[in-house]
Amino acid sequence: MTILKSEIDTRSEAFQRNRDAMQAQVDEVRRVVDKIKLGGGEAARAKHLARGKLLPRDRIRGLVDPGAPFLEFSQLAAYRLYDDDIPAAGIITGIGRVAGRECVIVANDATVKGGTYYPVTVKKHLRAQEIARQNNLPCIYLVDSGGANLPNQDEVFPDRDHFGRIFYNQATMSAAGIPQIAVVMGSCTAGGAYVPSMSDESIIVKNQGTIFLGGPPLVKAATGEVVTAEDLGGADVHSRQSGVTDHYAEDDRHALEIARSIVAHLNRVKSVSLDLAAPEEPLYDPREIYGIVPADARHPYDVREVIARLVDGSRFDEFKKLYGTTLVTGFARIWGYPVGIVANNGILFSESALKGAHFVELCAQRGIPLLFLQNITGFMVGRKYESGGIAKDGAKMVTAVSCAQVPKLTLLIGGSFGAGNYGMCGRAFGPRFLWMWPNARISVMGGEQAANVLAQVKRDGMASRGEDWPAEAEEQFKAPIRAQYEAQGHPFYAGARLWDDGLVDPAEARTTIALGLSAALNAPIEPTRFGIFRM
Amino acid sequence: MFRKILIANRGEIACRIMRTARRLNVATVAVYSEADASALHVEMADEAVLLGPAPAAQSYLAIDKVIAAAVATGAEAIHPGYGFLSENARFAEACAKMGIAFIGPPASAIHAMGSKSESKKLMEAAGVPLVPGYHGAEQADSHLIAEAMKIGFPVLIKASAGGGGKGMRIVLEERELLPAIEGARREAKSAFGDERLLIEKYLERPRHVEVQVFADSLGEAVYIHDRDCSIQRRHQKVIEEAPAPGLSDDTRRRMGEAAVAAAKAVGYVGAGTVEFLYAERQFYFIEMNTRLQVEHPVTEMIAGIDLVEWQLRVAAGEPLPERQAELQRYGHAMEVRLYAEDPAKGFLPATGRIAHLAWPANAPQIRIDSGVRAGDRISTFYDPMIAKVIAWGEDRAIAAQRLRRALQETELAGLATNAGFLIEVLGHPAFLKAEIDTGFIERHRAELFPASGTGGEATPDRALALAAIFAVLKDGAASKAKAAAGADPHSPWAATNGWRVFGDGGASVLLRDAAGKRREARIAFSGPRWSIAVDDGAPLSLTGPALDGNALTAGTDHGRLRLTAIEADGTVTLIERGKSWRIGRVDILAEAEAATEGHGHLASPMPGTVVRVMAAAGDAVKRGQPLMVVEAMKMEHTIAAHADGVVKAVKFRAGDAVAEGVELISFEAGS
Repeated sequence: MTILKSEIDTRSEAFQRNRDAMQAQVDEVRRVVDKIKLGGGEAARAKHLARGKLLPRDRIRGLVDPGAPFLEFSQLAAYRLYDDDIPAAGIITGIGRVAGRECVIVANDATVKGGTYYPVTVKKHLRAQEIARQNNLPCIYLVDSGGANLPNQDEVFPDRDHFGRIFYNQATMSAAGIPQIAVVMGSCTAGGAYVPSMSDESIIVKNQGTIFLGGPPLVKAATGEVVTAEDLGGADVHSRQSGVTDHYAEDDRHALEIARSIVAHLNRVKSVSLDLAAPEEPLYDPREIYGIVPADARHPYDVREVIARLVDGSRFDEFKKLYGTTLVTGFARIWGYPVGIVANNGILFSESALKGAHFVELCAQRGIPLLFLQNITGFMVGRKYESGGIAKDGAKMVTAVSCAQVPKLTLLIGGSFGAGNYGMCGRAFGPRFLWMWPNARISVMGGEQAANVLAQVKRDGMASRGEDWPAEAEEQFKAPIRAQYEAQGHPFYAGARLWDDGLVDPAEARTTIALGLSAALNAPIEPTRFGIFRM
Repeated sequence: MFRKILIANRGEIACRIMRTARRLNVATVAVYSEADASALHVEMADEAVLLGPAPAAQSYLAIDKVIAAAVATGAEAIHPGYGFLSENARFAEACAKMGIAFIGPPASAIHAMGSKSESKKLMEAAGVPLVPGYHGAEQADSHLIAEAMKIGFPVLIKASAGGGGKGMRIVLEERELLPAIEGARREAKSAFGDERLLIEKYLERPRHVEVQVFADSLGEAVYIHDRDCSIQRRHQKVIEEAPAPGLSDDTRRRMGEAAVAAAKAVGYVGAGTVEFLYAERQFYFIEMNTRLQVEHPVTEMIAGIDLVEWQLRVAAGEPLPERQAELQRYGHAMEVRLYAEDPAKGFLPATGRIAHLAWPANAPQIRIDSGVRAGDRISTFYDPMIAKVIAWGEDRAIAAQRLRRALQETELAGLATNAGFLIEVLGHPAFLKAEIDTGFIERHRAELFPASGTGGEATPDRALALAAIFAVLKDGAASKAKAAAGADPHSPWAATNGWRVFGDGGASVLLRDAAGKRREARIAFSGPRWSIAVDDGAPLSLTGPALDGNALTAGTDHGRLRLTAIEADGTVTLIERGKSWRIGRVDILAEAEAATEGHGHLASPMPGTVVRVMAAAGDAVKRGQPLMVVEAMKMEHTIAAHADGVVKAVKFRAGDAVAEGVELISFEAGS
């Protein structure tokens, strides 16, 4: 095995500068996330607590095994997306360990707009279910929601990936043997009533949980019947009469404990078909990644310095080290799990794309999970490369990545531009998890390139009309384009729209990947059948 | 020497006798009750005979059964140990009748010393000093005053018929006498219907000092030094030492000679103890115990002899191994009685399984006499003593220090013990200065109880916080172990560091403190740093807590803490330098289940015996109305209705033994 040797001088000025820059970005994320974690405002929280309910994060804390990790998804969902402030899109999702089993947890935050579903709330809920389905993870829904957000109904209700899809997913996951468990800890109104009803087992909290298709105001308007929420759909009604719920809980803590005991009795055994080893820390401190990633994204660096800080014992056996060198491929272990790593080390050429396709085939053949480390500005352009068939070589890589059935995890460690994003298993290619570092940027091309391309088009047009374009005016034209790309390529923008599963602190990337790998292994690794590779 | 003896006892004393017997090549027969079928003393013996059911009256106190066991096994002698049949003259006679040697004094001596008034008369005749007093029939004021003056102040005037302090007066000077006599007489009459009074010298801060005597069947008798057993609670010795500190050689000699005279006066044979009250350099006879005492090891350690060996030799007709002039004294020895009891709850006896027991390893000059091992149960049927821990030292200070250290290194979990309390006593400045008397524990209550771990009202937050950490680490270890046996053996999900994506995680652990109150410990994780707040208390901050087996370690601001933590039957026991805290883990499911079944649960607060039942099924009762009385260790506990309601069923009758927590009365609260 080859042990990577770091060439980094941690005392160099560049290292310090890079480190400070990354630290500032991590700190900013931390600040934003800390605020998001508070949920709705102080008043909403106080009201929630006064009702004897636990805050959603405390519910998750009570649900997962004490001290166990919680791999939260998309903390930045809805961040600066709507006129209203909707922290975490009013729903907390993630993987937690419950009674020794990894489960997907979906918890409404009633302190945020009563837990109602905004468009991104739906997207986040569906993404959590998708993760559960792909990774064969039981789902636990901690329900406390007023249902669809009515002013936004057109973007919440009718389409395929809207509200109804939640219940479709519940039914089809249940059919696939993926347990669906609901804990009703607050309102479950209208469509929301189907979350517990569609579950395999459901729990309801006394004096807190209510389930009904139409709430008291609707009932009164429709039939004139006057009824309290508790009498209409409280715990007693559903546990003793209707049978909509199976378990009656005294309070939140009790309900969570019942959920834990349900999971303990699921009789699910994880089976892993990987050659595992005891985990080993990397030889180099993952925190040093801060100083390695250049503060200026235009500066190149050797991605092996990052790999050396992610993999067990910093051991990395490269495949085709001397061929297509702008793509680094090789085998390593993370937390004892074997992984095949595909990492950008420059722009993609035909050779690098062919190498990538070959390597992905190897991993798919051998059942080895893939980790993509994206830092890619795109494929090489120019006549030589087009005539060399770079499009079909890129297509081979995209085909290989698309079809590979092994768990694929993608980490954006720098730029993610253009077709590079495709070949490197971007969101559209179904990675089990996709995370971004705070320094990462994602767009169809870099802001500078976009500005230049658009400026070139404009200049060509002006030239054809014989007009002159002073440099100053050109700069005025380009600046807003750059700004737009910078804003829209920023991880906050991406995170708000759920283009990813969340931001990750580079120093925590190793643990995050390990948790993701372990969770992914709950699903058996299916054999791969590749599509046609254009030769 | 006998070839085979039967030991009519259990626990540590049975084991201790067997050790000596084995050394002398004497075969041993154990007897046991059904509750003791797997007890250590049964295991140690060469043979064992089942006597009967657990209650002592049907087993260890059943004379016929014990004699029959001896006959059946061919035992030549019976050693009664202490307690049970050891001071039962009828038993000694029964042995004699069957030609079995009773390893103890003749029945006549037991009988003579068994009666307080008769023994006092005998002692007076033998010239043994008694507490000066007047017990006569003449009750005229003038006569009582004259007797009081003869005794000398201060004097104690009390009802002859009385007890419990009623009508009791301490009189310090002559002019207080008459009013005191009149007052006492009035109270005596109203309380007991008997106005007769007695007068005794009032002893201030008396000490309990006793002398070990030994007599052979050839008429020789010696005293083997003295012991001080002043540290008592509710007339139960807690700490004993030899020699009694601070006595002059002359006093020791006079006391010893008086004790020998007492033994000779009743024709004593074997080991006995003559107990005295000692105050202001005077000693006064209390009583003689005609058996081997619990605290005999301290005498053995300073005399360098084996008293059980002496007992066997003397019972076999041999002369005393050493004469008075040959007896030597070396250093100082001290013993504590480690009990399964809760000092915070008035030394209430505790029962349960000993989930964990580790004695100090390589402790110098420490002797541990125990009859139990880990996994054994302490039941309500017998004395809840776990062990005697005895230390020897070149002087008193060294002995006390070694003993304290040994207790600090002792680990016991599963039930409440007095270990923490003993550690406090042994470290108390007044104790170390030998400022001891029978009122020591009462007088120093304030210092002894709160710090002793089991002390007082509430479990300290620190202990709750540590229990929470332990709970997290232990559950985590279980999770890791489960993962290790599965397909994902090194799963990062089994971590217990509260890992989160940006920011820090937390955990909440629900616990129950000593007062039975539900407490929430909230742990905030920040890398290796854990901060634990109990309810709204100030957080405790620890670094890198870890659990290795039973050893819980963590870094603190001032260094490292290390303690032993054991969980058994839903209770976490934390042991830190011998002091322990017992903290319940809340089983939310079980408790919620109980809550939904309604408030029908009236449970026994402790193991004991039902003495009175004041309610019957169907009774409508008021809140606070007494329904049943349960007695344990001579303390009566009233079970009262917690609300107005109806008694559904009474589950026990007077005389029934009840374990802790069992439902006594099923009750339905009215709405």
